[in-house]
Amino acid sequence: MFGLVTYILVAPLVTFGIVILLGKRLPRGGDWLTLFSIWTGLFASLYLFFRYMLGSYDPDYLVSYSFNWLKWGNYDLTIGYAIDNMGIMMLVVVTLISALVHLYSVGYMHGDPKYSRFFAFLSLFSFSMLGLVLVDNLLMIYCFWELVGLSSYLLIGFWHEKDSAANAGKKAFITNRIGDAGMLIGILLTFTTLGTLNLHEIAAGVTAGKLSGGLLTAAGVLLFCGAIGKSAQFPLHVWLPDAMEGPTPVSALIHAATMVAAGVYLVARLFVILTLDASLVIAYIGGFTALFAATIAVAQNDVKRVLAYSTLSQLGYMVMALGAGAYMAGFFHLVTHAMFKACLFLGSGSIIHAMHHALHHIHSDADAQDMRNMGGLRKLMPLTFWTFLIATISLSGVPLTSGFLSKDAILGGSLAFAMMHPKHWILPVLGFSAAILTAFYMFRLIYLTFFGTFRPGEKAEAEVHESPWTMTLPLVVLASLSISIFFVAPGVNPFNAGNGWFATLFPNPPRAYELVLPHNEEAIEPIKEIEIVEHVEHTEPVAEVIGESATETSVEHSEEIHHENEPLAIVHNGTLTEEKLAEEEHKEEATHTTAHAAGATAHAVEHDAHHDVHHKAHNIAMIISIILAFSGILIATAGYYWKKKALDPAVWQKRLGIIYKGMFNKWWSDEIYRATAINGTIGLAKVLGWFDLYIIDGIVNGAAWLGRVYAMIEGWFDNHIIDGLVNLTAWIVGIFGRIVRLFQAGQLQRYVWYTLVFIGLFILMKVV
Amino acid sequence: MYNLTIYLMVSAVLFLLGLFAVMTRKNAISVLMGIELILNASALNFVTFSHFSSGNLNGQVAALFVIIIAAAEAAVALAIFLNIFRIKATSQVDKADLLQG
Amino acid sequence: MQLLSELIFWCFVVLTVGSAIVVVFHSRVIYSVFALLFTLFGVAALYVYLAADFLAASQLLIYVGGILTLIIFGVFLTSKVMSLNIAEQSHQRWLAVIPIVLVGAGLLMLILTTPWEIKISAVRPTTQELGQLLLTDYLVSFEAASILLLSALIGAMRLARFFRTED
Repeated sequence: MFGLVTYILVAPLVTFGIVILLGKRLPRGGDWLTLFSIWTGLFASLYLFFRYMLGSYDPDYLVSYSFNWLKWGNYDLTIGYAIDNMGIMMLVVVTLISALVHLYSVGYMHGDPKYSRFFAFLSLFSFSMLGLVLVDNLLMIYCFWELVGLSSYLLIGFWHEKDSAANAGKKAFITNRIGDAGMLIGILLTFTTLGTLNLHEIAAGVTAGKLSGGLLTAAGVLLFCGAIGKSAQFPLHVWLPDAMEGPTPVSALIHAATMVAAGVYLVARLFVILTLDASLVIAYIGGFTALFAATIAVAQNDVKRVLAYSTLSQLGYMVMALGAGAYMAGFFHLVTHAMFKACLFLGSGSIIHAMHHALHHIHSDADAQDMRNMGGLRKLMPLTFWTFLIATISLSGVPLTSGFLSKDAILGGSLAFAMMHPKHWILPVLGFSAAILTAFYMFRLIYLTFFGTFRPGEKAEAEVHESPWTMTLPLVVLASLSISIFFVAPGVNPFNAGNGWFATLFPNPPRAYELVLPHNEEAIEPIKEIEIVEHVEHTEPVAEVIGESATETSVEHSEEIHHENEPLAIVHNGTLTEEKLAEEEHKEEATHTTAHAAGATAHAVEHDAHHDVHHKAHNIAMIISIILAFSGILIATAGYYWKKKALDPAVWQKRLGIIYKGMFNKWWSDEIYRATAINGTIGLAKVLGWFDLYIIDGIVNGAAWLGRVYAMIEGWFDNHIIDGLVNLTAWIVGIFGRIVRLFQAGQLQRYVWYTLVFIGLFILMKVV
Repeated sequence: MYNLTIYLMVSAVLFLLGLFAVMTRKNAISVLMGIELILNASALNFVTFSHFSSGNLNGQVAALFVIIIAAAEAAVALAIFLNIFRIKATSQVDKADLLQG
Repeated sequence: MQLLSELIFWCFVVLTVGSAIVVVFHSRVIYSVFALLFTLFGVAALYVYLAADFLAASQLLIYVGGILTLIIFGVFLTSKVMSLNIAEQSHQRWLAVIPIVLVGAGLLMLILTTPWEIKISAVRPTTQELGQLLLTDYLVSFEAASILLLSALIGAMRLARFFRTED
């Protein structure tokens, strides 16, 4: 098994080395080498997936192997693999997307002068990303983290002869640095407090209470900083849209499916050690990013930018889910999102490829990525259209798709979190708002691109062709993987993945703070008095459920609740969320009362109650999200397909005024950064420069002047005293020389005399 | 009274006189004669010890070699003196100071 | 007989030392040379007293007959003997006393303080014995000495002849 894993990991590195060095001399630029390595890696990963992950079907499956690498004082740094379900899942996702993107790039990058280098970089990225998901300690994660950052930089700036691409690469790299600095501090903090970097040992240490309280929160938040950078969460999100300057396959692989998910992966890995406070920070950042990015995506015209902001938004979802404690949901969304977002990006690449060709043919310098220049591509590129549509409905959260399942799980998780912590009602609101916007902007994209007439004109239209099979095959594979059936198995209900293999293999692990202090948080938090506005009778079935045996699974009951709640949800249609939250709060309170009354079985009952809340929230969220998805699609259809006067985009742009401008201009985030962070930095640099020039240099010059004066004094001293001494010495030596010269008379007899004097002395010494 | 000490004393006196001559005389011939005195002193010592220690004749052989070497030395030294005399027009050794520092 | 022998011995000692003093201190080279003759003769007499008959004979033959003649020739050839140069003085005489005193004191103390082990053997003719020693134990030294003598002779001739032709 480890041999196989090592092969998967190392093969891309080897091909990177070969192709980067010999690329130009190999036939076809060596693309077949990288394709071979990644496709065999994919098959090996799939073998691991079916043989070990699904084969053992054990949520706690873990195989690890490590060896000593370095010795720091009395600490042995070990490195090694830790292969668990999450690792194998990530392995499959990364190799699958990477393999398809490799194949796609054969068509997309055809004829590029740096063709072989592109494949080399892709291989480097694959290696780094696979290493990131396989290693078992934070330091190695950090190393590979930086390596993926590097390959991302290289690939964003792949067409570095374009200034915008080179700048985007730098922007991505520098922005990531900011997050990584926090992450490094977090790693060091963890290391100094727990004395280990191994992920499992860290989890064990935190569970044992070796690190807790504010410090643990700080560690969690600092490590999350890395995720903020890599997963482009709110304050550091600015690099991801610019990263779309890179080739589209790169956007699909790195900036949609895998690398940006690394942040989510990291948070999921550290899920166990997150405290409630850290979780809240994470959840809010994720939720805000989800909505924030969705609003921007609505107003963008560049097809890749829409997708980029959509990616931001979806990453926000994942992060929010993890923050809200919905571990399975967050990771599930990571996997499903990787599939359909990669499909969308590759589809957009296919469109851009075709548009570029067509626009080039009519000698138009119009932007090949601008949706306003497209239209009517449905008939021209049918395969692209259908796969794009499937991925879009998946992203929008329409039932029967994988996106529906995972998004629903996230929304349900956040809603359940809000039910348990009513103060944080805003989280699900952020999530639901983003959901409707997602459906809207994705269908806006569909209508602008694939429907209506081809705007550049008929002459160009004749030149638009479907892409070659190397580009469409990945689209088909990814689109089919966006169908829910793959994820609900072995369950049969296409609306519920709760019984599917994924949910079984990735149960929510208990967080350390919950284990250490199970009731702490509830006990401390003041329970607000909330008025029950209406529908009091709904508490009854819940109470009933609680009253039942604690060990009994409540699936059937949740079905009941589901039926109970369905009309309510439909009636209120999301507008009464707060009221419902209040209700849930009340129910929660009731649950607690019951649970505590139960005495000995209190904990079990409460656990069951949590379970129950989750089910309830899940069902509510499912209905709301279905409605939101369809309403979003409906608005988009009305505005862009039926062209209803009331929903004319131009009118609404004016009507929304400043809000539209904000959405269009990315809420001026780049400008704000320019005004604050960048100008601040430059200003600081100028101040420091002035300081340097006048104060530091003044000191230096003063020192130099003093040095010169001192040197002059010393020079005089040197000339007169030191040289005088030297001359004196020479003079004395001369005197002695003159004396000694007398002995060198050149007369034999004088020499005899000297000799004899000493011989006489020696004889005397000997005798006396 | 054929005492060892007497012979050694005589030998020592001859030696010291020879040394004195070597150091003080200006004439090269006189210096050479001083050397002859020294050689004679040493030869006398050899023979003395030969006589006073079990009569073995090794000392006498050594004295014989001393005489031989003295002859060779005298011959070479006189040839050198002739040359110095020709170059410096003197036989005085203190004038032969080409090596003076 | 004993007394006479002793008296003659002392006479030879006085002759040897006295003539040596003349050799050293006489300002005229030619006088020194003739004084040296007596010194060498005295030493030869002492050899006789030391039972070295062959050596005494050699001393007279080689030194008095050979080396001394050579020296006299040297004196004639170098110093203008006929002018009887009395300016032929000694130098650094008082300075030279220092090493003489030092070495002399050292030798005197050596001679007087050393516990000599004396073993006198019977007087016998030594010529045959010496001849055997020279051709057995000291053969190499003897041959080396003869080569030395030969080369010294040739060398002396060469030295004397060379500059003469160059003149």
